[in-house]
Amino acid sequence: MEEAERKPLSGLAKAERLVDRLWAPLVSLTEVVGVHLQLLGRAGYWLAKPPFRVAVFLESAEFIGVQSLIIVAMVALFVGMVFALQLVSSLRQFGAESFVGATLGLSLTRELAPVFTAIVVAARAGAGMATELGSMRISEQIDALSTMAVNPIQYLVTPRVLAAIIMLPLLAMLFNCVGLAGGYGVAVWYEGVDRGVFLENARWIVDSRDVLQGLIKATVFGCALSTISCCQGFYASGGAKGVGQATTRAVVGSFVTILVLDYFLTDVILIVQSK
Amino acid sequence: MSDEKREGAQIQIRDLHKSFGEHKVLRGVDLDIERGKINIIIGGSGQGKSVLMKHLMGLLKPDRGQILVDGEDIVPLDDYALNRVRRKFGMLFQYAALFDSLTVGENVAYPLVEHTKMPKVEVEKRVIEQLASLGLKNVEKKFPAELSGGMRKRVGLARALILKPEILLYDEPTTGLDPVATKNVDDMIRDISKDTGVTSVVISHDMASTFRLADRVSMLYEGKIVVSGTAKEFLRTDNETVRNFVEVSGAVEMPARGAQ
Repeated sequence: MEEAERKPLSGLAKAERLVDRLWAPLVSLTEVVGVHLQLLGRAGYWLAKPPFRVAVFLESAEFIGVQSLIIVAMVALFVGMVFALQLVSSLRQFGAESFVGATLGLSLTRELAPVFTAIVVAARAGAGMATELGSMRISEQIDALSTMAVNPIQYLVTPRVLAAIIMLPLLAMLFNCVGLAGGYGVAVWYEGVDRGVFLENARWIVDSRDVLQGLIKATVFGCALSTISCCQGFYASGGAKGVGQATTRAVVGSFVTILVLDYFLTDVILIVQSK
Repeated sequence: MSDEKREGAQIQIRDLHKSFGEHKVLRGVDLDIERGKINIIIGGSGQGKSVLMKHLMGLLKPDRGQILVDGEDIVPLDDYALNRVRRKFGMLFQYAALFDSLTVGENVAYPLVEHTKMPKVEVEKRVIEQLASLGLKNVEKKFPAELSGGMRKRVGLARALILKPEILLYDEPTTGLDPVATKNVDDMIRDISKDTGVTSVVISHDMASTFRLADRVSMLYEGKIVVSGTAKEFLRTDNETVRNFVEVSGAVEMPARGAQ
């Protein structure tokens, strides 16, 4: 009905509308990325200004790092174990089960450790940070900080992002160790792969550059997930429902960003390392 | 006259505009906040009272206009410079905005710990004194969630007062309180004003409180100050919107139109 009442659009106007419609998501995506990068920039700026919030930093490091130890170790153990199981069953078809240790080592250090660690931390600590900052926003505690002449970004965002950047590679290293141990257990004790071959191949193929690649990724993911979680919480609005939505966006946004970043980072790192 | 400096406007707002997207909230606010007086700004919900108050401390940046605090325009200042100006202010939020991860004592001590190098013992003493002056005893170790709404507000007030600000902002201080608690909060605002000589700015839509307390009343309507003056002057207005707003509340009687 409504369509019929409108004047018919000229060809040019139609084309304009189509371009607008296609363009809009790109514009809003740019906006969202911009807001996050701006917050990250301001967090960095306030890092350089006194005072440094040692207490909040340590608290965040404890929350992001120490409290994630058990869950990261558990995930690592089972990821290592199931990977070993799959590798043995597929490599055995080519008679290449001697490469289980090497393949597992490469996958863990380069991909599985940083990505899984980041996803576990995003789900646990990222959601926690978004909820905490979101509640502080809607109960005006963030405004209250400003009224007391305390910069809320310096007080709330900078220490959290810094803690995540430091803690993520450490957790990824733990993931490497526990994952490899789990894989070793399944491959050697359960599937009967020769112990010496497993370890020797792993040592021969996996080198420090692979580990470094994973740790660089973990650092970047830590920065991304903490920025996203803090940003969603910091700018939350709309009461309890708004905090819920902020938390959802923080977790989903972190997951997608981690995986997208992973691809491009890998590409860049492989090019750099092959030179 | 040595008192001359203590007289007159401490905050001057000139032609203040603020929009959120398409929505124009403030459309040219002009207002003087008198030094040492209780200045009350009334207005209906959604008329931009809280937005106006947030501008006073630089929590929001206007699209256009000036805010002069003791003659200094705070609009162009950056966060770092604003923090200096903000130390003149204390603010009581509508729901107190206490940090729920800290105890009551830590909440009240927070501004002292942030901005002074006072020894810990001294801080604790000051906190207990401040709380006691507002009628709160033995609550330092409790968490905000364990207190009633009225008590939380008093803790919020203690936190706002601990650095002895020159200007105190109250965001709807009596919202959500029963009549007795409302009266208590009103008395507190008056006592603090009298005892400390602080400049008070109160946002309210509680007419009874307003006319019990106010030295000056201003009404914000559709993004502008429509009437501003002493309580008596205010009640004598011919402005239809204002008369309506006050009469509907039933809290005060308005003199007949045009009465002197």
